[in-house]
Amino acid sequence: MQLIPCPWCGPREEAEFHYGGQAHVAYPEDPAALTDEQWAQYVFFRENPSGPFAERWSHHAGCRRWFNAVRDTRTHDLLAVYRVGEPMPEVTA
Amino acid sequence: MTFRTPTGGSIDRNTLLHFTFNGRPYTGHPGDTLASALLAHGVHQIGSSVKLGRPRGIVAAGSEDPTSLVQVEAPFSEPMLLATTVELYDGLVARGLAGQGRLSPEPDPARYDAKHEHCDVLVVGAGPAGLVAALTAARSGARVVLVDEQNQAGGALLGVDEYLDDRPSAEWVADVVAELKSTPGVLVLERTTAFGMYQDGFVLALQKRTDHLGFAAPASVARQRVWRIRTRQTVLATGAHERPVAFADNDRPGIMLASSARTFLHRYGVLPGSRAVVFTTDDSAYCAAIDLAESGVDIALVTDARPEPPARLAAECAARGIEVRAGHVVAGTDGDRRVTGARIAPLAATSPDLTVDCDTVLVSGGWNPVVSLFSQARGKLRYDAELGAFVPGEELPTVRVAGSATGELDLGACARQGRDAGAQAAAAAGFTPGGQVPLPVSDSRCTARSGLVLWRVPGDDDASFVDLQRDSTVADVLRATGAGLRSLEHVKRYTTIGTAHDQGKTSGMIAAGIVAEELGVELAEQRPTTFRPPFTSVSFAALAGRDRGELHDPVRVTSIHPWHVAHGALFEDVGQWKRPWYYPRDGEDLHTAVLRECKATRESVGMMDGSTLGKIDVQGRDAGKFLDMLYTNMMSTLKVGRIRYGVMCGVDGMVIDDGTVIRVGEERYLVTTTTGNAAKILDWMEEWLQTEWPHLDVHCTSVTEHWATIPLVGPRSRDVLAAVAPSLDVSNEAFEFMTWREAEVAGVPARVCRISFSGELAYEINVTAWHGIAVWEALMAAGEKYGITPYGTETMHVLRAEKGYPIIGQETDATVTPQDLGMSWAVSKKKPDFIGKRSFARAENNRTDRKQLVGLLPVDPAVLLPEGSQIVETDRLPEPPVRMLGHVTSSYPSAALGRTFALALVRSGHERIGETLYVPVEDSLVPVTVTESVLYDKEGARRDG
Ligand SMILES: [Zn+2]
Repeated sequence: MQLIPCPWCGPREEAEFHYGGQAHVAYPEDPAALTDEQWAQYVFFRENPSGPFAERWSHHAGCRRWFNAVRDTRTHDLLAVYRVGEPMPEVTA
Repeated sequence: MTFRTPTGGSIDRNTLLHFTFNGRPYTGHPGDTLASALLAHGVHQIGSSVKLGRPRGIVAAGSEDPTSLVQVEAPFSEPMLLATTVELYDGLVARGLAGQGRLSPEPDPARYDAKHEHCDVLVVGAGPAGLVAALTAARSGARVVLVDEQNQAGGALLGVDEYLDDRPSAEWVADVVAELKSTPGVLVLERTTAFGMYQDGFVLALQKRTDHLGFAAPASVARQRVWRIRTRQTVLATGAHERPVAFADNDRPGIMLASSARTFLHRYGVLPGSRAVVFTTDDSAYCAAIDLAESGVDIALVTDARPEPPARLAAECAARGIEVRAGHVVAGTDGDRRVTGARIAPLAATSPDLTVDCDTVLVSGGWNPVVSLFSQARGKLRYDAELGAFVPGEELPTVRVAGSATGELDLGACARQGRDAGAQAAAAAGFTPGGQVPLPVSDSRCTARSGLVLWRVPGDDDASFVDLQRDSTVADVLRATGAGLRSLEHVKRYTTIGTAHDQGKTSGMIAAGIVAEELGVELAEQRPTTFRPPFTSVSFAALAGRDRGELHDPVRVTSIHPWHVAHGALFEDVGQWKRPWYYPRDGEDLHTAVLRECKATRESVGMMDGSTLGKIDVQGRDAGKFLDMLYTNMMSTLKVGRIRYGVMCGVDGMVIDDGTVIRVGEERYLVTTTTGNAAKILDWMEEWLQTEWPHLDVHCTSVTEHWATIPLVGPRSRDVLAAVAPSLDVSNEAFEFMTWREAEVAGVPARVCRISFSGELAYEINVTAWHGIAVWEALMAAGEKYGITPYGTETMHVLRAEKGYPIIGQETDATVTPQDLGMSWAVSKKKPDFIGKRSFARAENNRTDRKQLVGLLPVDPAVLLPEGSQIVETDRLPEPPVRMLGHVTSSYPSAALGRTFALALVRSGHERIGETLYVPVEDSLVPVTVTESVLYDKEGARRDG
């Protein structure tokens, strides 16, 4: 059971969290202006890197806040956590 | 004949315990295991093997034993326990197994629980290294937990007769344990196996608290406890297991690991037999031979596979008249239910040159460090060619290994490693060293020299067993490599070696060695198989702990629940909610009860408990703007006092929920959701608010449980409401459809909504949950003269289906759009954007052959279509693949229609209205007519009463 450091609450057990997929996929400014392909990129396509990956987490059974984390997908190590709206920090895997 | 020594061992010879094994009575003593008590009576055969039915005995003295599986029958039946780890108690009844046990059909009466523990340093294993590590850490002031699977500390010391610092080792152990137990902040857990090691210092350990008490176990004490330990630093002092060697017929009862025989002697006062042949590749077995000889066992021969036996130990053997043959091995055995002879051969030769009569063969093929937890903690392993075993191959920041788990065989060195690891772990956890723990000095005659690495003796490969529990042989391994398998993981799966209860503790390394030999590769280049939890078997009961029966999953009930129970409702689980399903009267089944409930509701008045409906209070300056983005239709234009039905979609345009929205005030809405989706929709709202629209001033609160919600339904509902709410003008003109009023209902403040999920005139009465039952009963009383009928979810489903109202999750999965449901009317054309809108313009969403919601009327009005049935185009099935047009989503008999009907998702369904399609039901194709989804009161004439 991994510990996830919620930026608001500190380290808590992973069972308190929900996964939210890739981070920094913003809702398009004007969906109507997008082609079908551009819209499909937003709706369906996500990165799947081997290594550091910025993703969204929600401290669902805790403070209920969404935040971002950089996780190394090879080790599950959380390299950084940061609040919504903050830029992704530099990490070394 | 007894094989019990007159003295020695930690057993109480003055107390007799009676037990039964395989139907025969035996006796033993406190301190015995089932295995040691049986061996004391000369019983070696425990059961037989799983595939071949060969007799099998006791190979090891502890949890690494591959063969001694038993079913304990009393006090409570429990399968797949090891005779070597079942502590003996009076009245024990057990029998040997052939690889498979039987779960008790009776519920387990024992209690199980779990406990959380946090510490600075966790030490696993209370042998010399672990004890010194724990004491060193404890003296620094760290919070220390020491877990050990045995019923007493000591580890390998329990199986030897060494003196430490010129006194019996047990005294040294007792002193260390006493100091640990008297140190504040130190927890010593006996009979506790750390079985899983996970990330961030999370370790699961199983403590057997009352198993050893048998019938005397107090019912008030949890039998087993799962410790959920979170530690900063861990010291693994998990020891080493002796490794056998594969040779022909190496599985007969009476063939045992040499160190295990020594353990049986020193710990339990039991001799393994009368006349033994010892087969070794290293020094440690000499100590077993000498100790057993001094206790009266005739050691017929020591065969040492090495060309040069250790001079000093060989001399000690000679002094006791024990013959040592260097360069020789045991190449085969004779016997049936017990070994009767060992065939001795030179290591290099293929045929035996001598057969020695014996009833015991003691084997030592070296030592495997126990690296399971280290590997689980993602520590990399390294092959040590001198040991012939995988050892910890790297330092981990929070996990240290000490003692023979590192491959170290010398006691003094093991203790030193323990002291270093304990000090480092404490320092890493932020503690400064306390008083130094002196290292014990042993008088052991055994040297720490490693031996010859020997996996197998050439011979009959089909009878040379690698994994005795799985009946997997050298021949099986060769078949795997012959089939082209190179990875140890693949060989493990092909041969099943290492997949039994023991997880290959004694067999995995041998299999790896043979594979490497066969492939001509270095073991150092082979990746060892991954060690996975649990280290030893853990019962489901222990893992479940208290979460059984009523506590298995939280049960949610409404405030009116006791009334439903008192009035005989049957319940349906909807998520965690218990919802009344229907209220059978005498002799009624589901079908007749539901027809009655439907008829009463459509003809007079019925009511149900709708309190489980999800309710979310949405407040804030931007609440309307926010809901406009979430729903496909416009909510900001809703006037205070009015209600609107809405549909929510995901960004992909697929329906995720529906419900009504009540505008409570200028900046306040009450949103209702499907019962099962309440939490999901609240999450959905918060996700958008936090991650995309944090600038919106909106706050969402779940109020589901604050309200009791009672739909009052049917042409007489107005009369009933009027009777309990005299101050409320219930006329159609004053209280229109899709509006709500605040009023006193049965003397209680209520919010009454005129909405309908049945097509009938209906009111939904909401009061605080506190008043739920009182209002329910007042409505029942007021409706009595109209025959008011409580109904459950089944009737609700039928009534809404007759009107073609979909249930999200039943009519829909994640592939259905509002348009597919015939709800284009609920999709705003005016709003510039809302979640899902852009997807409605995708080509895929505009295909004409999408599956669409329709009604189906079986041509035979008595035929009820099974829900989930497929729908096909022709009255005869063509050759497969058959094109499926869709499936039946809901199907009921209808009192109002006087026939059966169904709802279905059908390709191009809206264009097919009037067509005849076919539904395969068992062996026939049932013809059905496609209709609109609304089957009852299409004009909506009944809505206003
Ligand atoms: Zn938090």
